[in-house]
Amino acid sequence: MQPIPASAAIEFRDVSYRVADTQILSGLNLQVEKGETLVLLGRSGSGKTTTLKLVNRLLSPTTGEVRVKGVPNAESDVIRLRRGIGYVIQDVGLFPHFTVQRNIGLVPKIEGWPQDRIRARVVELLQVVGLGPEMATRYPHQLSGGQRQRVGVARALAADPEVLLMDEPFGALDPLTRDELQREFFLLQQRLHKTVVFVTHDLREALRLGSRIALMEAGRLVTVLTPQEFLRSTDPWASAYVRAFGDGLESAANRGAS
Amino acid sequence: MNVVRFILQNRGEVWESTLQHLWLVGLSTMFATAIGVPLGILIAHRTRLNKPVLATANIIQTIPGLALFGFLLPVSWLGARADRLAILALTLYALLPIIRNTYTGIRGVDPAVVEAGRGMGLTESQLLFQVELPLAVSVILSGVRVAVVISVGLATIAAAIGAGGLGEFIFRGLAMVDNRVILAGAIPAAILALVADIGVGWIERRLQPR
Repeated sequence: MQPIPASAAIEFRDVSYRVADTQILSGLNLQVEKGETLVLLGRSGSGKTTTLKLVNRLLSPTTGEVRVKGVPNAESDVIRLRRGIGYVIQDVGLFPHFTVQRNIGLVPKIEGWPQDRIRARVVELLQVVGLGPEMATRYPHQLSGGQRQRVGVARALAADPEVLLMDEPFGALDPLTRDELQREFFLLQQRLHKTVVFVTHDLREALRLGSRIALMEAGRLVTVLTPQEFLRSTDPWASAYVRAFGDGLESAANRGAS
Repeated sequence: MNVVRFILQNRGEVWESTLQHLWLVGLSTMFATAIGVPLGILIAHRTRLNKPVLATANIIQTIPGLALFGFLLPVSWLGARADRLAILALTLYALLPIIRNTYTGIRGVDPAVVEAGRGMGLTESQLLFQVELPLAVSVILSGVRVAVVISVGLATIAAAIGAGGLGEFIFRGLAMVDNRVILAGAIPAAILALVADIGVGWIERRLQPR
């Protein structure tokens, strides 16, 4: 086993996960450094989402151990653990009966923040995700898909968690909106330096957002590479991805330089 | 217009029976809600239990009303007080629509919303009271509404075991072969059912999110 760097925010140690007779994840060893964006790339059923859910204990490993900030998940209080981790999913999952501001302010509220601090935080976060303050009183059904996911990101950031888990957050958006949100998220991350674990099956998105890309296949971690390394990799799985996505990947890895 | 005159002439008794009827229906609906909603929540979360619980409620529902009242009559501490017995029987009948709708309502909450809530670190009770119940409330209440309307009709049979209510007029009228007397029970019962339906419907709309 490799030595574990002191800066690892999340560690998987020999983690496997199975349901009944199906092995979903096997022998996963992975460290996510503090402040990096680690992209879990792989096709459907490769175990990416399972890996993500092991971090905030929506799932528990069959064997092995997951540590967040050095503390084994099995020993930490699950509610505290989750409140310290932002969680963004593809279907967003905004509370349809709450306004945008109640959606964003829910965790701060149950954490007992005073009213005016919550209100200030909501205004600040709306700005961070590029929404006007007039959005605060709207309901989710009054928003477009892109706006909804912006609120989803704002809600995940509400209590200022150090770790952010994102499960194909931009997967259901139209190409233009997706492009816009990817770009904004990249700039945001430059500023916030959260520890992000980002699940996607889109190589272009992975190259664009990831500081490292962890390629998964059939419940196993194939390799972990930086975007530049990924493009030159001779690993059969990695090069299969590069071939499948074809031209124009270099510019994605260069982050569009825009 | 004979009927109207008859009802007006006996308005004291009709009014008293209506109140009795309301008491039977109101109390049994309250009990059924108090039991049915938690049970519905339980089987929505512990899906292993949903089949046995719903099957039991279904079986109760298939027992003919008069038979159930009869079955319960020999229960010693109940039989003596006909109104208690009637309330118990009505409660049992009202359970199915309430349990089933609570179950359906909670299961119908978008799984993404529940997952997001859980992932954010809501406790199970916060998830239930702030997310699942508010989103399921209109489905649950429409179950209560069905239960109330069924109960108003069924409670007329309670008169057969001496529990009072508007059924007294109906049974008396049947015995006397006098339609005016039957209708003096049936019309207020119908009005009661309508009013209850509209009333719960109104609450349902008020509580609906957005």
